[in-house]
Amino acid sequence: MTTLRQRLVPYGLMSPGLLWLALFFVVPMFFMAWFSVSSGSLEAGWSLTWTFSNYTDAISNYTTQFGRSFLYAGAATILCLLLGYPLAYAIAFKAGRWQNLMLFAVIAPFFTTYLIRTIAWKTILEDSSPVVSFLKTIQVLPSDGRVLATSAAVIAGLTYNFLPFMVLPLYASLERLDLRLLEASKDLYASATQTFFRVTLPLTAPGIIAGVLLTFIPAVGDYVNATFLGGVNQSMIGNVIQAQYLVINDYATAAALSFTLMIIILIAVMLYIRFAGTEALMGDEEEASA
Amino acid sequence: MESEPENVDSADTAEVRSDGSGDVSLRGVTKDFGSFTAVDDIDLDIADGEFFTMLGPSGCGKTTTLRMIAGFEQPTAGKVLIDGKDVAGEPPYKRPTNTVFQNYALFPHMTLEENVAFGLKRKKVPKAEIQRRVSEELERVGLGREAKRKPAQLSGGQQQRVALARALVNLPKVLLLDEPLGALDLKLRKGLQVELKRIQEEVGITFVYVTHDQEEALTMSDRIAVMNQGRIEQCADPEQVYEKPSTTFVAGFIGVSNLLPAEVRGGNEVSIVDGPTVTTPDAGRFSAGENLFAVVRPEKLDVSSPGEGPADRPGIEGIVESSLFLGTATQLGVKVADDSKLTVLVPNASEEERHRLPGGGAKVHLSWEPEHMHLVTESPNGSGPNGAGAGEVSTSEEQQQGEEAK
Repeated sequence: MTTLRQRLVPYGLMSPGLLWLALFFVVPMFFMAWFSVSSGSLEAGWSLTWTFSNYTDAISNYTTQFGRSFLYAGAATILCLLLGYPLAYAIAFKAGRWQNLMLFAVIAPFFTTYLIRTIAWKTILEDSSPVVSFLKTIQVLPSDGRVLATSAAVIAGLTYNFLPFMVLPLYASLERLDLRLLEASKDLYASATQTFFRVTLPLTAPGIIAGVLLTFIPAVGDYVNATFLGGVNQSMIGNVIQAQYLVINDYATAAALSFTLMIIILIAVMLYIRFAGTEALMGDEEEASA
Repeated sequence: MESEPENVDSADTAEVRSDGSGDVSLRGVTKDFGSFTAVDDIDLDIADGEFFTMLGPSGCGKTTTLRMIAGFEQPTAGKVLIDGKDVAGEPPYKRPTNTVFQNYALFPHMTLEENVAFGLKRKKVPKAEIQRRVSEELERVGLGREAKRKPAQLSGGQQQRVALARALVNLPKVLLLDEPLGALDLKLRKGLQVELKRIQEEVGITFVYVTHDQEEALTMSDRIAVMNQGRIEQCADPEQVYEKPSTTFVAGFIGVSNLLPAEVRGGNEVSIVDGPTVTTPDAGRFSAGENLFAVVRPEKLDVSSPGEGPADRPGIEGIVESSLFLGTATQLGVKVADDSKLTVLVPNASEEERHRLPGGGAKVHLSWEPEHMHLVTESPNGSGPNGAGAGEVSTSEEQQQGEEAK
């Protein structure tokens, strides 16, 4: 009796979550897959025709947007890492009693919706804004230059919006770092720089990997930043998918684009974890099993 | 590599280490953390090649002192000299010291080999030499075959050996050890104590060893500094510290303190409160009227029936309160006054004799040789006879548990 119950407990605990995922993830995925190889229109209805050319057409028509998405997301991820690591380091080791306040400041933007914050940036960066005219006055920007509707604006927006997703996992891994290891390194003749690259960085690799994935994946599919901060020449694949679904109502192309994006991201992430992550993740595993 | 003649190796080793000696001096060293004084005006001279131990309860300043020698902390006042050179302001990586950390602090992402090679690589030692010295050092601590493993795959005792190898491979002038055996179980600890002492004699490097375990300190050290509340209460060799403690704190922390309040009568006479007056040259060090304590170690007390004690030896009457069988000896707790209890250790020479020992409630007479009685003054830091370790045989195991419970 008891043993049967004990065996059922894990299933009982998992079932609500699994049910939820089945309903809201597996079912929509199935419909998406169905659409992606169908043909028809909103008015005439859709029928499964196994039209795989939806995929080849989608990829060949929107190669630029695919490329741009990965470029922007990659640039934003690198910027997030370069900005986020020192920030997380400072919060973890140098903030003292300000630590909680600083952590709060990192997540504070979440209290306002993503959309509103991005629209606020549009106001800040638009041609007549004080920021832009100041940049022109100090001649960082030519008098006819603009910030809005440039690649820089979209990348900056992505970086701003996803920075917390980089900082939090980095903070978590830095905070767990055993400071005596840094002392040991200094005791063994390593300078501060050597200690950072030989000890701190490798030991916080799991945080870097998590932060990169959490930043890069949503950034690739993002369309909000490109919509508000970019122009026609900055549209990302997310904008195309959104337009195909909601404006043009070409569900087949939209679904094929979505699947293509998903598969590319999956492959990219798997390659990334395989090459960048093996050591850190495997090291963690060994520690856990020992 | 292995075929190289032995003498070439040692010549090599000597060459690396020949750049000065490993003596350490502290001059008026003080360390404040805010309003708390962790180390209070310490003077200390540690000789080259000495196995020197700083012993004391947690919070006595021993680890802080060690960290100031290593360079992890800078003294608030005073000077640290290594090989006669003031090392003020020098970071750890510029000092000729290496540390074996509490809980080892091995790099978890590196193999044992990489851990041990870390210091040599930073010092830009040629690759072939690194390889040779690392494998030699791992052989020395008996882990040659585990070289490619990660620290997490080793037992605590093995990790401790790697930590030692990682420090020793750099041939420091001074090796600093911060409770290196603290996390290990008793049996392993005993084995490693012997091994550490052997290695220290083999390499001839100055060892500065921090521990709260009096037994460990007595076993391994050439000299011991007993610390309490940021000060050194006594600095002497193990025998001296045990047989002739200078304060009540030292008497209590090292071994079991059997403290009897006493007053100096003048000359060589001292009278124990509610007890006999004893003639001992030790009393000559103090002036008449001075109040102090007499210490008699538990194994130096003889038990006899009341009234039957030897007349030519000082003695005191008491009531047996407890009797504990410890295996090698029997420990009696004897109440001699309202607030004064003596511990007696009777060696377990024969079973018959053990059964003749008085049980709880029995009246007994305790006697001792006058030369086994040592006079101590009250500890200047206020920690009286009831301080750490007083009144019971505290095995290192118990102390360890106490430490961890905190």
